[in-house]
Amino acid sequence: MAAELGHFALILAFCLALPQAFFGLVGAATRRPHWMALTTRAVAGQFVFTAFAFAALAYCFFRNDFSVLYVAQNSNSELPTFYRFAAVWGAHEGSLLLWLLVQSIWTVAVAAFSRNMPNTMTSRVLGVLGLVSAGFALFILTTSNPFERMWPAAQDGRDLNPLLQDPALAIHPPMLYTGYVGMSVPFAFAVAAMLEGKLDSLWARWVRPWTTVAWMFLTVGIALGSWWAYYELGWGGWWFWDPVENASFMPWLIGTALIHSLAVTEKRGLFKSWTLLLSIMAFSLSLLGTFLVRSGVVESVHAFASDPARGLFILAFLVVTIGGALCLYAWRAPRFKSNAGFAPISRESFLLMNNVLLVVAMTVILGGTLYPIFLDAFDLRAVSVGPPYFATMFLVPMLPLAFLLAPGMHAAWKRASFERTKVLLAVLLVAALALGIAIPAWFYGWRSILSAIGIIVALWVAFASLIEPVERLRKGHSLSAGVLGMSVAHFGLAMFILGATTVESYKQEKDLSLRPGQSTEVAGFTFTMNSLRNVAGPNYHAVESEVTITRNGRELAKLQPQKRVYRVQRNPMTEAGIDAGWNRDLFVAMGEDLGDGSWSLRLQYKPMVRFVWLGAVIIALGGLIAICDRRYRQRVGAEATSPAQAGTSAA
Amino acid sequence: MTLTPRRRRMVLVGLIVLGVGAATAFALTAFKQNLLYYYPPTDVTAGKAPGDRVFRLGGMVEEGSLKRQRGSMEVRFVVTDFQNDVTVSYSGVLPDLFREGQGVIARGQLGPGGVFVAQEVLAKHDEKYMPPAVAESLRKQHEKKAAPATPST
Repeated sequence: MAAELGHFALILAFCLALPQAFFGLVGAATRRPHWMALTTRAVAGQFVFTAFAFAALAYCFFRNDFSVLYVAQNSNSELPTFYRFAAVWGAHEGSLLLWLLVQSIWTVAVAAFSRNMPNTMTSRVLGVLGLVSAGFALFILTTSNPFERMWPAAQDGRDLNPLLQDPALAIHPPMLYTGYVGMSVPFAFAVAAMLEGKLDSLWARWVRPWTTVAWMFLTVGIALGSWWAYYELGWGGWWFWDPVENASFMPWLIGTALIHSLAVTEKRGLFKSWTLLLSIMAFSLSLLGTFLVRSGVVESVHAFASDPARGLFILAFLVVTIGGALCLYAWRAPRFKSNAGFAPISRESFLLMNNVLLVVAMTVILGGTLYPIFLDAFDLRAVSVGPPYFATMFLVPMLPLAFLLAPGMHAAWKRASFERTKVLLAVLLVAALALGIAIPAWFYGWRSILSAIGIIVALWVAFASLIEPVERLRKGHSLSAGVLGMSVAHFGLAMFILGATTVESYKQEKDLSLRPGQSTEVAGFTFTMNSLRNVAGPNYHAVESEVTITRNGRELAKLQPQKRVYRVQRNPMTEAGIDAGWNRDLFVAMGEDLGDGSWSLRLQYKPMVRFVWLGAVIIALGGLIAICDRRYRQRVGAEATSPAQAGTSAA
Repeated sequence: MTLTPRRRRMVLVGLIVLGVGAATAFALTAFKQNLLYYYPPTDVTAGKAPGDRVFRLGGMVEEGSLKRQRGSMEVRFVVTDFQNDVTVSYSGVLPDLFREGQGVIARGQLGPGGVFVAQEVLAKHDEKYMPPAVAESLRKQHEKKAAPATPST
């Protein structure tokens, strides 16, 4: 019964998304207040029914209703309750329902927090979001219905993919989707502004917090995915340049560019049409990501079994949404001219460089990701682009970006002279140079010029991001949330660069066979296998080994890596044993039984790897601080003076 | 010197052209070095695969072909596209989802005696997924398995 009710609620949600779009867009165009008022009702209704549909599916999982095909395929009566809930989005159909739920939550939030915007603007934004929801609801109903029954019902389910039975991965998709879907909000604002024919600093101020929140979730979602891949896939890598990872990274890069370009649009009324274009691109890339993941056109470790009809639908949706938005852009963008100018050395220029470099980085990744698909589509060759391409090419725009960041943070609007900060920045650069060469040489040994550059730039950015908060605190000035958020986010980026450079330059890996009693050495640490034993879990059994790690005779850690076999799916699964420290991880993963009492093991030493994820979390934290800025909560009336007075605050 | 809108636009366009141009130039060279071609076993046995270059071999792992010397890290298995076979040798830890009868992609080089020496072996997250190249030939067999979600108890 729950499944039918859920299905019905989903149909109703779709039916409500249509009037939401219609009344929102047409009501605003014809200036009918009653119609616009109806939009908000439709938004509320759509949310209620989508949430009901989602709850109904969760209930089916909770009650182990194996007459529902999707439940039978992705759950099992032995599956722990927590994962039974996470299994709702464990595969294609349910994850799309989650997508739709997240979309309607964003829409409700926009409706609720837009009291300071004019009515026509709000209802246009809600109208565009209604179109997007309608598209996704139709997609679920026609190609991927999670409520489909199967007859006869299965006695038990096929269980959730064991790789997904993990806390980080249970929350990874909701985070990532919140970010992906959140990019539809700036998109809707951009389309609304183009329809309205008006784009000013106020508009930028309304969009900024939404963009930042979406980008924050995307940041955390990507970091969680990376962390999960690190400890769960058993390879010990944190980024593989896999097409599906790239699909989530590209909207992030453009979202980052958008955040910075919005700063210019708000403060100086410049880059207007560029901001619009970035808003469209960010959402296009989210849709493209969905298309890549769901259509099965890419060969990826993440690719899911797929159905061509789904890919076709998303592709058509992508073409309609993006094509429509771009046509509107071609028609309306020339209106958004700005006459203000800026000097070649000014904050505007630095932010322009930021945008150009981020777009170049995105293009590099897009090229490497799409090229194989392109060749395949024309039946030319089956090829793939190796990770070294991405690793090298990504640095080309990113290194200058990082170097420009330190002065850019301290450049004034309009014209920057760096009178105040010139000396300080130079001193910090010298300090970064000295430390960046000395520290790694002391701890790890000289490796290459590139690792030194990475560490130097990370230190410089870290120091530079501290200048402003420290200075203001010392003088007793107040620090606006905007500036603090910017400093924190850039400090997080510095931590990330430091972690990524160190772990990639100085990691050590060894695959070898060990039997109980034997030991080996990696990076000065002695790994000894003590024992092997069988253990049983709720829905799996496992072989567990105990590995002791010592250094200079002192015991540092006892790890218990496991090789699990899940009873239903029969897949073996590696649970790595990790001794985590702030400055290094020691990683032990079990391979296979080699038949003579010994096992193959993968041992790894990963210096500073924690900084990669910690940096990402701090970047997101910076976003969180920035949206708390007071000016986002002010009302329209009090805003008459805003754009001109804004001197040196946040970017 | 303050930039007028026109000059600013020129600078913007110039920067973008420069950036995209440089990126394309770098990308093309990096591409050449890092393009990995994919060959099914039939192409390899027909001698179409390069002997001196790293490429990717994809297909299904033949049932019962996985062999390992006791206590040795080296493992051998046969990759097939149901027309031709290639033996693969690999030293290291196989991925969790590696199983006989399932899709696999190996990156490596042809060694002596036509044995493919893999540096990396990839299996898939999703057991229902298989490399598109062999999906077609396998569909018939797979349909039997995939028919109504078979309960296991």
